[in-house]
Amino acid sequence: MADQKASTSIEAVESGLAAQGYIASRQIATAVYLSQQIEKPILVEGPAGVGKTELAKAIAAWRGMKMIRLQCYEGLDEAKALYEWKYAKQLLYTQILKDKLGEVLGGAQTLHAALDQLHDFGDVFFSKEFVEPRPLLQALEQPGGCVLLIDEIDKSDAEFESLLLEILSDFQVTIPELGTVSAITPPTVILTSNSERDLGDALKRRCLHLHIGFPEQRLEERIVESRVPGISQTLRRQMVGFIHEIRSLDLKKLPSVSESIDWARVLVLLQASELDTEIVKDTLNVLLKYEADIEAAVPQVATFIAKAARSNVFG
Amino acid sequence: MRENLHRFFRAARGAGVHVSPAESIDAMRAVKQVGFSDRAILRDALLLTLAKSQDEKLALGDCFDLFFSQPEPRQDQPEAGSDDASQDSDQSSASDAAGEAGEGQPPKELGPLAQMLLSQDRNAIAAAIASASGAASLSDIRYSTQRGIFSSRILDAMGLQRLRDDLDQLTATNPSLAERLRAALDALREAVRDTVSQGLALYAREEAENLRNEILRNAPLARIERRQVAEMRALIRQIARRLRERYSKPRKRQRRGHLDVRRTLRRNAAWGGVPFLTAWKRKHRDRPKIVALCDVSGSVAQVSDFFLLLIHSLHEVVDDVRSFAFSSHLIEVSEILENNSPEEAMAEIMSKVGFGSSDYGSSLVDFEKEFMSTLTPQTTVIVLGDARSNNLDPRADILRRISERSKRLVWLNPEGRLAWGFGDSEMPRYATFCSVVRQCATAQQLERAVSDIVASYR
Repeated sequence: MADQKASTSIEAVESGLAAQGYIASRQIATAVYLSQQIEKPILVEGPAGVGKTELAKAIAAWRGMKMIRLQCYEGLDEAKALYEWKYAKQLLYTQILKDKLGEVLGGAQTLHAALDQLHDFGDVFFSKEFVEPRPLLQALEQPGGCVLLIDEIDKSDAEFESLLLEILSDFQVTIPELGTVSAITPPTVILTSNSERDLGDALKRRCLHLHIGFPEQRLEERIVESRVPGISQTLRRQMVGFIHEIRSLDLKKLPSVSESIDWARVLVLLQASELDTEIVKDTLNVLLKYEADIEAAVPQVATFIAKAARSNVFG
Repeated sequence: MRENLHRFFRAARGAGVHVSPAESIDAMRAVKQVGFSDRAILRDALLLTLAKSQDEKLALGDCFDLFFSQPEPRQDQPEAGSDDASQDSDQSSASDAAGEAGEGQPPKELGPLAQMLLSQDRNAIAAAIASASGAASLSDIRYSTQRGIFSSRILDAMGLQRLRDDLDQLTATNPSLAERLRAALDALREAVRDTVSQGLALYAREEAENLRNEILRNAPLARIERRQVAEMRALIRQIARRLRERYSKPRKRQRRGHLDVRRTLRRNAAWGGVPFLTAWKRKHRDRPKIVALCDVSGSVAQVSDFFLLLIHSLHEVVDDVRSFAFSSHLIEVSEILENNSPEEAMAEIMSKVGFGSSDYGSSLVDFEKEFMSTLTPQTTVIVLGDARSNNLDPRADILRRISERSKRLVWLNPEGRLAWGFGDSEMPRYATFCSVVRQCATAQQLERAVSDIVASYR
């Protein structure tokens, strides 16, 4: 039955990513599976530090493919994202080839004939030789396919989105002078966004839309376990519980998964066996990145530790 | 199953998720991959392909749960379980005999519906209800008043007429069987009623919301009822978002177009004028600058409230905006608006200058004295007010000077044109110095006015 196969391959994605140290929720695994099956890019949204970029890296590592990353920023244009003419090389070649011009035009008697002969060579300078491929074009040219990560698409301009549309829907780009370049193997495309601005409908329509939020407690424990193997189970539970309490506060920047991992590493380094007020207060700056946030959290530390310990007993 | 999916797409639209044909095709392809058997995976797949934001995901998730809590037509396994409570009620008498229909084979001469009811086959009944709701196009239901008509349509489609005949016949020949059949029919009616209610919840939401928004858009802002204020705020914010999306993007990038010959030559002097590095001409565009003067006196307070809200939710487009509020004297309110939530800001502004009787003359004097220097030839000045100055000196001469110093002077008046110039309205006198005078009494007019102003900078 097709259904049976589907659920096992979603599990295959899950375990494949897990082997790379990326613990995916079922929804993430489903998205990755579907994007392969129906050849669609994934648009990943969510707060910073929940593993959007990591997902692309994990997919690349799992499937043994190259990862090509395009970091977006305001003012990014096709010359930097797609391709550029090697203008200097073109000029240099014209200078060098000046002498050869006589040979090319040698046989021509009239100006007309000379022009005709020149026309035959005109396209030489607008050939593949003089194209400098940028990440997007590189991704299409990978013979074995690749993972194309278009990071923080929300930082780019709206025009840039339109530039992406052709690639996202058909895996091809059109270079006016050369014609259409199609992907040899369609790349797996991951776009990430922090929702800094709303993306266009046309872009969203071409993608699977995946929202990665903060993980559930159990999932986060597993993530920490896979990333920081040295940590004891009690400590892991306590710290994840504590972080979940912290996330309920109204903070400027909530601690994300990457911060949980950092904190776990710090706690292991300090050889803590369980949470206590002292050690939490000392290391709070690993979790929280604003002075105001730390000030808001400090008075709550004791209560949160107690709560985390309690949930531990029942959990 | 495909039909089921199509109905789900309809329901998704009802829940406010935009499902275009292309998206529905994607969703079908995805569903083909994952199959129907695992609900959780099916749910994930539909959320991934259809919903395009977190809000939409939540709405669609609810919609999915509601939709698939309906009995499914054509269930493969009889032990699918988890049927509705309504289904169980008609099972109370002979639930154990459900699948087998062992005892009391229904007489052959009865119609199909009666056979089905008597054999107590839940799955068949559920399937029949589902297909009958399809035939009665339940997905067209829009208003709660249509519940009755859809119920009877579905029952008709299931063959109620034939059942009635059978009942009449049975009452004469086999009263006990007739009794059973009657009870089963009551349970069936109940199940159909539930189906229709669920259909209403699924399919009618969109229409109701659209209708309400449409009414709200055209309602006079000044006469909004208290309970509608929050909805109106949301609507205004929605308008601001749309305007922002429309106008904020292209401003950021300077266009590369023509070669700037002079700069190119200068940059390449070191290479003897061979242009290795190119310089391109840039287009410069005016940045929008807006100065808004809002009358917050009692009569127009609510309109200016919404107006200030709109201007300030727009400040991503309009990066230079200063707002002033006045009734008898004028103060700058830009900071109050930026640093507080809309509700707090409005309250603060109102407590400072609000609700007084308006004095346009002295307010204009205040403006000229302190803030005239904020005006540049790029500024658009927007005045929002009814121009009713309680027969005090209107000081139209100041307005003339404002108009001379700025790019444009737009007056938005919440009163209808008919009232201008009557009573203490100074509108005609002010209007001579304005570039544009418009009526602005509803959210829709507000949107158009602001849209025009922002568009003029492109």
